[in-house]
Amino acid sequence: MAGESLKFRDPELAKALAAALARHVEEIGRPVSVMHVCGSHEQAIAKFGLRSMFPKLLTVIMGPGCPVCVTDVPEVDEGVVLAEQGVHIATYGDMLKVPGTVKSLADAQATGGKIHIVYSPAQAVELARSLPGEEVVFFATGFETTAVATAAVIVDDPPKNFSVLSAHKYIPPVMEIVAEMPESRVEGFLAAGHAATITGWAVFEPFIERHKLPVVVAGFEPLDILAGLVELVELVKNGTPKVVNMFPRCVTREGNRAAQAQLWRVFRPVGGRWRGIAHVPNGNLRLRDEYAHLDARRRFTIDVKKLWDYAPTHLANQCICGDIMAGIKNPYDCKLFNKECVPETPVGACMVSNEGTCKIWHLYGGVPDLSEVSA
Amino acid sequence: MTSSVAPLSGRVTLKQGGGGRAMRNLIEKLFIRDFAAMPFEGVGLAAMDDGAAIPIGDGRYLVVTTDSHVIHPIFFPGGDIGRISISGTVNDLAMMGATRPLGITCGVILEEGFDIEKLEAIQRSLVATCLEAGTVVITGDTKVMGRGEIDGIVINTTGVGITRRVVRDNGLRAGDRIIVTGTIGDHGLAVMSARHDLALEGDLVSDVAPINELIEAALEAAGDAITAMKDPTRGGVASALHEMASKSDVGILLSEHSIPLTDAARAAGEILGIDPLHVANEGKALIGVRADAADKLLAALRAHPRGRDAAIIGTCTTERLGSIILDTGFGRRLLAEPEGEPLPRIC
Amino acid sequence: MCLGVPGKIIDIDADGVMATVDFWGVRRQVRLDIIDEPAAVGDYVLNHVGFAIRRIPPESAAETLSLYEVLLQESGDDVMTADLRAEIAGAGEPAKAR
Repeated sequence: MAGESLKFRDPELAKALAAALARHVEEIGRPVSVMHVCGSHEQAIAKFGLRSMFPKLLTVIMGPGCPVCVTDVPEVDEGVVLAEQGVHIATYGDMLKVPGTVKSLADAQATGGKIHIVYSPAQAVELARSLPGEEVVFFATGFETTAVATAAVIVDDPPKNFSVLSAHKYIPPVMEIVAEMPESRVEGFLAAGHAATITGWAVFEPFIERHKLPVVVAGFEPLDILAGLVELVELVKNGTPKVVNMFPRCVTREGNRAAQAQLWRVFRPVGGRWRGIAHVPNGNLRLRDEYAHLDARRRFTIDVKKLWDYAPTHLANQCICGDIMAGIKNPYDCKLFNKECVPETPVGACMVSNEGTCKIWHLYGGVPDLSEVSA
Repeated sequence: MTSSVAPLSGRVTLKQGGGGRAMRNLIEKLFIRDFAAMPFEGVGLAAMDDGAAIPIGDGRYLVVTTDSHVIHPIFFPGGDIGRISISGTVNDLAMMGATRPLGITCGVILEEGFDIEKLEAIQRSLVATCLEAGTVVITGDTKVMGRGEIDGIVINTTGVGITRRVVRDNGLRAGDRIIVTGTIGDHGLAVMSARHDLALEGDLVSDVAPINELIEAALEAAGDAITAMKDPTRGGVASALHEMASKSDVGILLSEHSIPLTDAARAAGEILGIDPLHVANEGKALIGVRADAADKLLAALRAHPRGRDAAIIGTCTTERLGSIILDTGFGRRLLAEPEGEPLPRIC
Repeated sequence: MCLGVPGKIIDIDADGVMATVDFWGVRRQVRLDIIDEPAAVGDYVLNHVGFAIRRIPPESAAETLSLYEVLLQESGDDVMTADLRAEIAGAGEPAKAR
């Protein structure tokens, strides 16, 4: 697969796609804004320096596509409180530094909390097996792509000392929220290829029906993203609101039906807040009653109120992560960006996650023009 | 970006030992301030280089460096804490120009209950690595602490060597080429994979090794044309280059496709979502060299078994001082310094 | 939002649940219980958090690349494009309501 992947990193083909993108935008003849809803897209755009290839009139906004960033403050608080009760917490490396009301899991760890970084839910189950007599809670974050893996271990008869604190989120509903925001200038969406691998691309059809906006499903290699944008801008140009699947090697119309069935067998969608965005109807995934015995929220008394003895800092109140994730503002609009808010001392979640816009702009320098720097 | 250093407060966190800005901030604000103000002739603490250089007359310098080694797991693919303890100190001396270590001290702190067989294996590794580097442990110290008071084993090594020319990490000038002596990221990714039980098997192996002989060959080939050296340990190539660039007051334009990388490191980086530029190397050096001597140096490095994969990866510029610009082949972006220990991530 | 890495199955255990997958020389155990269709040794799969979520049809990479080539042509609605797009759209059967 090495060779296969490298095919999608051919700079010459990339330049040709960028030229095609410029041509379409030029034909539209005015500024165009599109949004991707996937942190991995932003990662790839930043990592490969693709922004420097985009036409000036095209704005590619990063939407609420980072599951770590949108994990709400009280959800982090729940994990912190459980850790302080002496429960082992297994979670993905991404979550460690996400700020809660007053503490992150990393802070809880510094004061003795038993936090374990895992790569897979299966590893969290193994951890529970290796610690009989101790409680192990898997603090589960991620979108549907990741939730299906959590579901798989839940139905697989995990040990009695294992439970799940689900902060899983479901993407399709939040696209509705963003599309309906009055300030939203978004004319099309680049949908996340790996989430669509699960849901299938047909899941976007009702959205298009309602909002008359085109959606292009795209993969994550540089050429995938550029080609996805070319297609999307062309749809904008032609005024054709439809779904186009530009990631056929992973995405089909119906998606992974076995995984979907398992997802909905284990989880039910409930409304809830996404950090910085809004209340998202059906945006959170919680364990169904059949799996109540594995639900950390029902197994433990999680009283997050005691954390509220400390007021959030005045800095937190100035954080504009929500506007950034809604695509209304960019990090340079934030007074805290690269000043009080840096990866060592993040104020908002966007500075924590590797997929957060602020972290990525901090890491990769945002969109400076580096083309003139000579060797 | 470099303007933002957080004030010290509260408790020490792990990231303050991660080799990035948080650690430098702690060192600068707490340890260096007082000592830097005290009189000292030579390269001292204030330089924050790989070691210190004390002038001993006759145009010669005594180079001293010290390192405490903690690593989890203590045995990992490609090495162990013993091999790292010797290699790290030998390499720090070499980075300052002292490629023939006179001797090494070794202090060992053990946790009650530590397995003697493991200790014997570590001792064998200390000996083997010393033989490889052409040095010897000349004095030491042993302490045992109660169970839970320390995590397994900590080894401190101090090395001394002599050089006529001290090579610093701040001597880069515009136009200089940056050479890396081999593939990057191998150590950090191999250890991370072992540490978090990520169950990655295969060709992922740490590069931990003493490279003083390689550096001696480099200095013989290019001499004064070598303007700076640094070993990209914690924080990886990204962190080391930032330090070199900001201390030298140059920018560095890096060409991503010329950076040597094994398939295994590339794959592990993709699987774990970690940039190989951000993780530790324990057997590599970054060398700044005048452009006209770059090819000669490269040939000398490649002639040595530890420098086979050496490559010219960048050029120093007068623009964007202190920054590293990465040319990805698609476009250009700034390369950031990692903060703290990179963690495997899923998104 | 979700790191997905393609790799090649080099072994499958007796129950058919656990596969050893090779990613450019690095091997890892990957679970097959939520994959979209049965996979065999030699198949490429998309891995996310230790689970295969998709069997990648062998011809699909070439198919995608040819789609990109088509995009490069000035006109976006020539016959070849239409054909290719139809082919890709037809990759799945009609969606079923959940």
